[in-house]
Amino acid sequence: MRILVCIKQVPGTTQVDIDEKTGVLKRDGVESKINPYDLFAIETALRLKSYWPEATTLALSMGPPQAEQSLREALMMGIDEAVLVTDRAFAGADVLATAYTLSQAIQVIGEAGIIICGQQTTDGDTAQVGPEIAEFLDIPHATNVIAIHELQERTVTVQVDLPVTEETIRLPLPCLLSVNKDIYTPRLPSFKRKKATRDVAVRRMTLADLPDTDPNRYGLNGSPTNVVRIFPPEHDVTRETWEGSSSELAGRLCGYLRDAKFLV
Amino acid sequence: MSEPTFNRLTEADIAYLKSVVEPTGKVVPREQIHEDYSHDEMGAVHQFPDLLIEAVSTEQVAAVLRYANERRLPVTPRGQGTGLVGAAVALHGGIMLSTARMNRILELDEDNLTLTVEPGVLLMEIAKFVEERDFFYPPDPGEKSASIGGNISTNAGGMRAVKYGVTRDYVRGLEVVLANGDVIEVGGKIVKNSSGYSIKDLIIGSEGTLGFVTKALLKLLPLPKKAISLLIPFADLATAIETVPVIIRSKYIPTAIEYMEQPVILCAEQYLGKKFPDHSSDAYLLLTFDGNSREEVEAIYEKVAEICLQAGARDVLISDTDERQTSIWSARGAFLEAIKASTTEMEECDVVVPRNHVADFVKYTKEVEQKVGVRLSGFGHAGDGNLHVYVLRDDLDSETYARKLSEAFDLLYAKAHELGGQVSGEHGIGFAKKEFLAESLGEVSMNLMRNIKHAFDPNGILNPGKVC
Repeated sequence: MRILVCIKQVPGTTQVDIDEKTGVLKRDGVESKINPYDLFAIETALRLKSYWPEATTLALSMGPPQAEQSLREALMMGIDEAVLVTDRAFAGADVLATAYTLSQAIQVIGEAGIIICGQQTTDGDTAQVGPEIAEFLDIPHATNVIAIHELQERTVTVQVDLPVTEETIRLPLPCLLSVNKDIYTPRLPSFKRKKATRDVAVRRMTLADLPDTDPNRYGLNGSPTNVVRIFPPEHDVTRETWEGSSSELAGRLCGYLRDAKFLV
Repeated sequence: MSEPTFNRLTEADIAYLKSVVEPTGKVVPREQIHEDYSHDEMGAVHQFPDLLIEAVSTEQVAAVLRYANERRLPVTPRGQGTGLVGAAVALHGGIMLSTARMNRILELDEDNLTLTVEPGVLLMEIAKFVEERDFFYPPDPGEKSASIGGNISTNAGGMRAVKYGVTRDYVRGLEVVLANGDVIEVGGKIVKNSSGYSIKDLIIGSEGTLGFVTKALLKLLPLPKKAISLLIPFADLATAIETVPVIIRSKYIPTAIEYMEQPVILCAEQYLGKKFPDHSSDAYLLLTFDGNSREEVEAIYEKVAEICLQAGARDVLISDTDERQTSIWSARGAFLEAIKASTTEMEECDVVVPRNHVADFVKYTKEVEQKVGVRLSGFGHAGDGNLHVYVLRDDLDSETYARKLSEAFDLLYAKAHELGGQVSGEHGIGFAKKEFLAESLGEVSMNLMRNIKHAFDPNGILNPGKVC
């Protein structure tokens, strides 16, 4: 049985410039790191292992060859195995093509009892890849998972945070969970693990290794998304200064928070 | 020298002071002064000033001091009130002269690598301003909302002292208003200076007793591009602390070496409602390395990581991204508040000992805890020998607490002295540590200090009752 976690390598800083004409991130000279949301997914996988001591944890990533660095970091955090799906044919993939590629790889890896994804990535922010993988694999999924209550042989019980409710859901295995930020505090990579996993090979998979080798399902060819324009979000921080007595200010602040729906 | 005597503030005084300060500055009468201004973060000493003045210029500060000096009115300088020794409390009432409105960054000189600021600029504002421009102001005290004027007046230290030094090392020049209202400039945009006594260095760390700083010329460095921290778990505190001199001997100098124990970490977790990345071990060292590339920093930390493993570390955990740094350093930054929240009342001992005696001192705190029968909690800058030990009241009645506190402090300061240490590493003397300073330095040094004070402020109006 495997606990499988999907991770992505993203730019190491949030201050990445975007070429407004091409819509491409200017990655030159920018350091990379594991998508911060995926750190919670890795931590969740490692915690779940305590329920299934005989299970192995595996980190899976799709990306250019240098994404191996992120998989090595997952190994340093305690993950047992790593697989990198990499091929020129996968370049330019949108969420659909990415999810399809990963779902194909997951079928090759096999024995995935539970698949964990981070809620979203910091560079794409779509939060769609997880659920789409589940759809391609035809397994149930839960998103916005904020707690795992119980993992049994055939089911997992989780708590999800939905817009107006929190629900406790029991899912049959195999299934996919997209976990929220802060589900657990991610552990730090270990120097001892770094040394111990230096010689562990990261398994590579290319298009030829997947069950479906139709190039039209992958990369730019397999991506129906048409990006019209991409631009950095505008920051509209406003600042107001209020003066008055403590009780006036408290009343005004209360009203403001109510209008902004922080209070009911 | 006898204690100075002061006059009470009269209506005529207030009217005059208003005429020189308002409308650009602000004068707040006693009944409208917020409670915050009656104490600092130590909290143990409370006294309202009779008048709060928020000046906006050197001229206003000079006019206020000139008048106060003639009238023999006590003046207590005040920054953000984040001090821990009661230095910014108006023990004798009178005027509190605040830097809150003198908060402009005046000049960034990229040719001389200096930043000119008014004293009310906050430490976090300086950090943000210079780092956005790829410069670096290294002093890094935990309290980021402190003002630079306050930092200068205590010679604040902070976490990067191991590699970069303290506030004094980064003040190139000052504009100072003396007690009689004269304005002097000391130091300047110069790298070297052998021109007479260094008045600048006397003013730094004088806690507002020698003059009122109205402008500071800070030295900047180019911003290191990469910083990586290592969180290093140990089975016990002794092994952790004994590793510090081994690291220092290795000559790979970290910017920070902090030590922390599990109970303080658990306390911070509870206080912040957030888990620390690891709390499974009894003791930790937290090291930071900086440099200009990941490769450069990695090459250094790997060597130190090996040294730590050989010295008995359980592992070495790597914090190399913003999220990871935040998860560690936000907890580290909350230690003081978290300990405060875990008890009813506390007092701090901010001793500094030679670095090779840190382990001895930390072990001794455990003995004191047993001997006196009071809970001590601590953490500190193991790399520079500056330790923060807190004596916690918990459920003790006030009389017992006072007795145990004094007993514990006597033991701790005596031990620090025996090891060649000093009373305060970075928080200053203020009101709270005066007697310990006198005991530690002895009569000759204290007299010299009092004579210096007299030369600067013959009428003793500046921050009376503090330091010496």
